Amino acid sequence: MATKNLPMREALRQALREEMQRDERVFIMGEEVGKWHGTHRVTQGLYEEFGARRVRDTPISEMAIAGAAVGAAMAGLRPVAELMTINFAFLSLDAMINHAAKIHYMFNGQFTVPLVYRAATGWGNQATATHSHMPEPIFAHFPGMYVGVPSNAYDAKGMLKAAIRDENPVLFTETIALYPKPSPVPDEEYVLPIGKADIKRQGGDVTIVTYARGVEWSLQAADMLAKEGVEVEIVDMRWLRPLDMEPVFESFKKTNRCVVVEESLPMFSFGSEIAAQLQEAAFDYMDAPIKRVSAMDVPLPYAAEIELMALPNAQKIVDAVRGVL
Amino acid sequence: MATQTATLPKEQLLDWYHQIVLIRKFENMCDALYAEKRITGVYMHLYSGHEATGVGALAAITPEDHVITAYRDHGIALARGVDPKAVMAEMMGKRTGTSGGKGGSMHLASREHNFWGGYAIVGGHLPLATGIALKVKYMGEPNVVISFVGDGATNNGYFHEAVNLAAVWDLPVVWIIENNLVGMGTRVEEASGQPDLVKRAIAYGMKEGPRVDGQDVVAVYEAVKEAVEYARATGPVLMESLTYRYQGHGVSDRQYSAREDLKSELEIWQQRDPIIVLRSRLTKRFKNIEPELERIEEEADRIVAEAVEFAEQSPAPGYEDLIANVYVE
Repeated sequence: MATKNLPMREALRQALREEMQRDERVFIMGEEVGKWHGTHRVTQGLYEEFGARRVRDTPISEMAIAGAAVGAAMAGLRPVAELMTINFAFLSLDAMINHAAKIHYMFNGQFTVPLVYRAATGWGNQATATHSHMPEPIFAHFPGMYVGVPSNAYDAKGMLKAAIRDENPVLFTETIALYPKPSPVPDEEYVLPIGKADIKRQGGDVTIVTYARGVEWSLQAADMLAKEGVEVEIVDMRWLRPLDMEPVFESFKKTNRCVVVEESLPMFSFGSEIAAQLQEAAFDYMDAPIKRVSAMDVPLPYAAEIELMALPNAQKIVDAVRGVL
Repeated sequence: MATQTATLPKEQLLDWYHQIVLIRKFENMCDALYAEKRITGVYMHLYSGHEATGVGALAAITPEDHVITAYRDHGIALARGVDPKAVMAEMMGKRTGTSGGKGGSMHLASREHNFWGGYAIVGGHLPLATGIALKVKYMGEPNVVISFVGDGATNNGYFHEAVNLAAVWDLPVVWIIENNLVGMGTRVEEASGQPDLVKRAIAYGMKEGPRVDGQDVVAVYEAVKEAVEYARATGPVLMESLTYRYQGHGVSDRQYSAREDLKSELEIWQQRDPIIVLRSRLTKRFKNIEPELERIEEEADRIVAEAVEFAEQSPAPGYEDLIANVYVE
């Protein structure tokens, strides 16, 4: 199959364009998505192509963006609402959690809420404490909404298309550092199923469970470890909800050792969840304590030297893997 | 605004009388059942006193139009034509309730009536109204959205953002502030820098609708009818209906309405009770209508009794209901 090397932002743009061409009910709304071309240029050109009806610039009104998307979705449209960055989603939390995620259940299935919240996420840009969050686990805490966290351009396109077509609300976050990174994207259309993890590297010694940018760091760490003769298996979860634990269990039963890598914070986290589920389901296969590589438990500072100190990297992952061998 | 009672058909006025009396009797029954613990739950906010607002407003729109409200929603559901049996069953948490017993008093809804629900986070439903209206405009439909909003909700951020967005996009929404003078226990003048709430329309460059007498169903109907026509043709309208809640904020609050200093206020409002105001209009215009009104009242008693019987005999939801509809499968 013919492919093109595309940066993640272009792959995402393809997904949006294809779904808007396929279904007139799909539209984009958010701050600076139209005439400004999107803060991270994901929506570049779509305003010119689809017009102001389908690419809707909004005021700086995160509560209204998130809530109006719920109403429009209930009424029959398929909004893709951009929250610019996930940091601003804290302003929209009520609409997302109390309404998007609960309306289908609370009214006993009378309404569906087929929307996608897109948001840029991640840190390491000297963006400082308020603009340096990776809070996806907060959203994955609540039943009723799916949470997609792609790690590369190919996955991002197929996952976003699935999210737009799904009848459930989806939070879809895109790591800013990954936007410019290319990966091969097929010319032909494809959709990747919601809630399916992917093995990004095979190996028999240690299982690394991760998502989003953690995959990149883990692949770097895997190369370093391979030189020492240690083969790691990398499970990219792709979705925090639904959480596809089967490949994790299978890998762990083979390796008996696990390191969880998360760009997010360590308390009440992705790592906590994976570790808890592993010990419940596969305690007899465990040869070492499960280790976590997370961001440090501090708000992120401005100065680059200490900011990067607080974040995961390949060396920290290598150290953690050595620690479970 | 000049009222046009003389031109309204008798059947319509009698239908409104039926609806207002039904809501009042329904709410009185809910109150009694709650006291007997036959309705349980922490929250229940009665519509008594507000009836003319809901009935008059919803008489001004068609079944294809849309309605959304906050948690004081029983009267809105009934005025929209939702079966009182299903509403009462929801109060009792039964499988036959409007939300299958999973929503409760504050989360009534009926998709088939384009009643998009009652919502319990103050202001939370306001952007949903904007979104529903966006769908109407996006698809080129001729419909409008009526979004009720309490006086208290006009002070949170949702109100500002949702109303402004509707104005920016010229969406067909009629925002009706049900101003009952108190948000939980805080008076409007203690909570709002501009207590003349409808004036906020000016700040959004939006059509300022009237401040209507919310005790008079005819006045509400006529004002909303005009607002709906404007919304269909042009864009959003903010209007206000002045009314009063008879039974405090909710069942968790009996002390407010029992306050000695407020008894006279309650009495003043009850002298202009929606039932009294409409009854007086009817008896003035139609001679010897009293027996007909009594029949309507008896009919309402019968409907409420049947609703209670239906609800009590309905099954409670089970485990399969507990786990159903978390996601669309």
